[in-house]
Amino acid sequence: MISLDPAVMRALLVAVLVLPLLGSIAALLPAPPGLKGRSPRQAVLRHGVTVTGVVFAASVVLALGFDTGRSGAMQAESDVEWIPSLGIHLHLGVDGVSLPLLVLTALLTFLCALYSYGSGMCTGTATGSGTGAATGTDTGDAADAPQSAGTSDAPEPADGGTAIRRAGSPQAFVALLLLLETGTLATFAALDLLFFFLAFETVLVPMYFLIARWGGPGRGPAAWKFILYTLLGSVVMLLGLLLLGFKGGTFDIVALATDSHSGLSRTVQITAVLAISAGLAVKAPMWPLHSWLPDAHTAAPTVGSVLLAGVLLKMGTYGFVRIVLPVAPEGMRVFAPYLGAFAVAGIVYGSLACLALARRGAGGDLKRLIAYSSVGHMGFVLLGIATMTPTGVNGALFANVAHGLITGLLFFLVGALKQRTGSTDLDTLAGATGGALYGTAPRFGGLLAFGAVASLGLPGLAGFWGEMLALLGAYDPAGGLSRPAFVTFMAVGALGTLLTAAYLLVVVRRVCMGDPLEERGAAEHHERVELRDPEPATAPAAASRSVSAADSASAADSASGSGTSSAPAGPPGAPAHEPAPPPPATAGVPDVRGYEYAAWTPLVVLTVAAGLWPALLLGLTDPAVQNLLTGAAR
Amino acid sequence: MTLLAQALTVPAAAPVPQPLLLAESAVQSVDWLAISPPTIAAVAGLAVLVADLFLPERGKRLLGPASAVALLISALPLLLLRTRDLATFCLPDRSHTCSYSADTLALVLQFLVLGAGFITVLLSMPAVRDLRLPAGEYWFLLLSATAGAALVPASRDLVTLVIALETASLPAFALVGMRHGSRGSAEAALKFFLSSVTATAVTLLGVSFLYAVTGTLYFRGIDEGLTRADPQLEALGGAGLALTLVGFAFKASVVPFHFWVPDTYVGAPVPVAAFLSVVGKTAGISGLLLLLVQAFSSRAELWGTALAVLAAVTMTAGNAAALRQRTDRAHGAVRLLAWSSVGQAGYLLVPLAAAAPDMGGTDPAGAALSTVGATVAYLLMYGAVNLGAFAVVAHISRSSAANRLSDYRGLYAAHPVAALALAFFLLCLAGLPPGVIGLFAKVAIFSTAVGNGLGWLAVIMAVNVVVALFYYLRWTALVFRAPLPETSGAAGAAAATGAGAPASAPARPRIAPPLAAGIALTAAAGIALSLDPELVLTLTAGGLR
Repeated sequence: MISLDPAVMRALLVAVLVLPLLGSIAALLPAPPGLKGRSPRQAVLRHGVTVTGVVFAASVVLALGFDTGRSGAMQAESDVEWIPSLGIHLHLGVDGVSLPLLVLTALLTFLCALYSYGSGMCTGTATGSGTGAATGTDTGDAADAPQSAGTSDAPEPADGGTAIRRAGSPQAFVALLLLLETGTLATFAALDLLFFFLAFETVLVPMYFLIARWGGPGRGPAAWKFILYTLLGSVVMLLGLLLLGFKGGTFDIVALATDSHSGLSRTVQITAVLAISAGLAVKAPMWPLHSWLPDAHTAAPTVGSVLLAGVLLKMGTYGFVRIVLPVAPEGMRVFAPYLGAFAVAGIVYGSLACLALARRGAGGDLKRLIAYSSVGHMGFVLLGIATMTPTGVNGALFANVAHGLITGLLFFLVGALKQRTGSTDLDTLAGATGGALYGTAPRFGGLLAFGAVASLGLPGLAGFWGEMLALLGAYDPAGGLSRPAFVTFMAVGALGTLLTAAYLLVVVRRVCMGDPLEERGAAEHHERVELRDPEPATAPAAASRSVSAADSASAADSASGSGTSSAPAGPPGAPAHEPAPPPPATAGVPDVRGYEYAAWTPLVVLTVAAGLWPALLLGLTDPAVQNLLTGAAR
Repeated sequence: MTLLAQALTVPAAAPVPQPLLLAESAVQSVDWLAISPPTIAAVAGLAVLVADLFLPERGKRLLGPASAVALLISALPLLLLRTRDLATFCLPDRSHTCSYSADTLALVLQFLVLGAGFITVLLSMPAVRDLRLPAGEYWFLLLSATAGAALVPASRDLVTLVIALETASLPAFALVGMRHGSRGSAEAALKFFLSSVTATAVTLLGVSFLYAVTGTLYFRGIDEGLTRADPQLEALGGAGLALTLVGFAFKASVVPFHFWVPDTYVGAPVPVAAFLSVVGKTAGISGLLLLLVQAFSSRAELWGTALAVLAAVTMTAGNAAALRQRTDRAHGAVRLLAWSSVGQAGYLLVPLAAAAPDMGGTDPAGAALSTVGATVAYLLMYGAVNLGAFAVVAHISRSSAANRLSDYRGLYAAHPVAALALAFFLLCLAGLPPGVIGLFAKVAIFSTAVGNGLGWLAVIMAVNVVVALFYYLRWTALVFRAPLPETSGAAGAAAATGAGAPASAPARPRIAPPLAAGIALTAAAGIALSLDPELVLTLTAGGLR
């Protein structure tokens, strides 16, 4: 759209990769004079917003400068020899496949930094007078969460800002966030097999610490599961990459994709694809290698879940499109039917798991539900890739971006819900009568419904096109692939979309609809007033006075019990409410706050834009996909 | 016992080409520049010992810095030697058969040994003061052991090699047992001594077999002799080959000769454990490397597969044992590093095993040297980061004698830089970014295995890398945790009121300046290597000659 000098483009891409790395180191240093802000905490969170904001801006300029006319070709390419003895180059570049993911990563990380800043600052100031709502929800959360019997001995933190304050220094949080961004951005820009691998591995340690230090209940085992699964997959992938590099004579992805199919024998391709796919499939995740994902998503802090679902999973599917399809098409053809079968198994499995979690009384966790829905959605992406057709792969890439936007939004919403109510347990949220978010926090409820509807693939929103194109691709798979098998996959996948719609609608009905005031005694009449109260910090103060302060040591506990106005959440505060049916935890939640608007609006806008104008994205990816598939079509 | 061993060897070797034996200079010309690195270290060791007799108590404090300077000076000739390919103690018959060669391989390994010795001296300064070790003897033994280890990679005949290895080992026994009044220390030293001497005796038996078969002790002669040997002596030659390797496998802590490692490391003062884990291992691995590539290359079919199996067993055993270390066990940190060093020895063997197929090619020496270059590159990385980790361990051992893994909680709060450095070292050992050099050193090893048809070994190593990550990362995570509350009773009450209140960090002593310097140097080395891995990885592509 704007024409930029190639040198400027190169510099922009390098800046996008290097800035977060430098920012990560800078976050650990003491703030220089003049940038100290109100407190070290505010200064470093602001530093995170600044750096990710600059990176996002640079990525947007890069996207604007990107020549859409030849999006099949590598642009902003720079190639420096790094380790000559291993033949490793710092080869960077973007084409139509990687650019959307690059911008998505920069955007989501920026929004995460913004959200952390907002929630960190808001809870920090709002609860300045006492322990208040933030601390209260923490304790309540630890008390009622079913999996809270984690091995960790440190206090259980909840979410966002509170977690940052309690579990570790904000400096470390921001440094890890920026290191994570470096790794993901580099993965999408790397054009050298081993540089790709380095970037792929870089995300592991930051994400491990984000989960293990700032996560919710059960975070310790979840973090271990995450890193051990992915590492096991990726070392196997490394062996496959080395094999490709040795037999192909170079580690350069572009060179391998264009001219070395002849150099790779069928056996080599099959072995390499098996090894590389193992690593990518763990990351994607492909059923049945997905079992790290629900735990990791559930335990991760909001920001971690958003980035995990929005960006990290994409690294797996991106690897398929960037490396496996173009470099070893023959090997891929052997495994494509299996990949397709596993993909649709994942779709159905994810949907069924979600249906089971959404049932009343199942004790389903909303975060876990969205995590399982990710398994289903990534199943569509993998199915699209398995078809090896331009239609399917375009669909896969579209679904990748759409899933990043929508699931990112959903995890933000659930995180905010947890911050407000102290729980993500569906039964707690819905109570006996339904969560009634529409009534108590209409904008919040509306956003949640929007996310759910987008996620189920309503036409006109981003979720629709990717899944439709993936299924369409499966109707007519690439030559050499068994058409009956893929048509079966398509049918099963289509069934999956129905199941997806079913569970998401159940969630919307249970959380957003209902009447929280129904069937409740006059004893709680005062809550009617508080329902409209945007600031819950006053509620615990009032309520804890009403509850006899016999147990002064557990003042925070009782504050939590009444702060969330929920009987099941806080046992110490509960006795008075015993006879009444459990009211939903959502009663009295404040509506969307300013910083939340800032973090969520872009996702909503982009979801609508991508849904109404899919050509924007498909026009970018299609030439690049045609390019990458030339080998496969041969 | 070792005197006996030396007495055994002398008749077998007619010209004893030992650099310090001045009498030999009449027969063979000595290139003093070539042999200067180990010689300077050895002479400095003697000088320190003598100086200790005459210095007053206050002056003895200067012996440590003096030893450090001596090691720096001994490393200086390496700069001059870098550009020339010197050899000395050669046979006068112009066959270029020499006992001492200062080729790139030797120089790189000497640099590692002397550098590691220098860092060990830094780590030892606080320990010598704290544990009230006899200063003169300590520095003398440390310098002699370093000199011996520096001689190993330059040796080109079996007797020089065995004597160099013994020179590196003998002082180490005394160093391990030096802690006064510590039963653990004495027991560790005795265990180390007995098993080491047995291993040396076995090696000498192997050497005598080889001499019987080939009639020479020079590597080059043995290599030719083994191919031309009388078929009846083939079994003897094979046995000699295997037995000779035992002593070096022992020093390198290769399974099944690794049982001394954990107890010896725990019993020894921490700097000595660091020394054994880096310098001792370098001596053992470089001995193995020289023997395999230069002396036994003609019989690669004999040791290739066996070594691959040993590598797999070594890394698996070491990592499995390291995995079992509990965080609350006394000396857990040193024990974990001990077992991890066994696991790392397994990785180090992989390129050696992978070099076996290279031996038959058109340019056997060049290809094999490039393959084993991965071992040398990995050793350099390992040396830097392992010493760094030991430097932090040495600091912790000053404040908490038990040195449990759980004592590392709260290190980040007390010493952020040291904690970040330790995390970096451990991630390098694990091979995960941001420890980039650890990752690429492992990639270099993987590529030797994949490239030379040892795919199964690569897969075993891949699994081991994941297993190892678990214990390295567990330790790393502990460093950033809040320190454990001192009294558990009060903690319960505190948890009720608001456990989030930042626990006051226990006052930790400042890091002693020499330890800080050691941490800084090793961290700088690790970061420099991470930014430009080519610095060491060049050895894997023709950097060794």
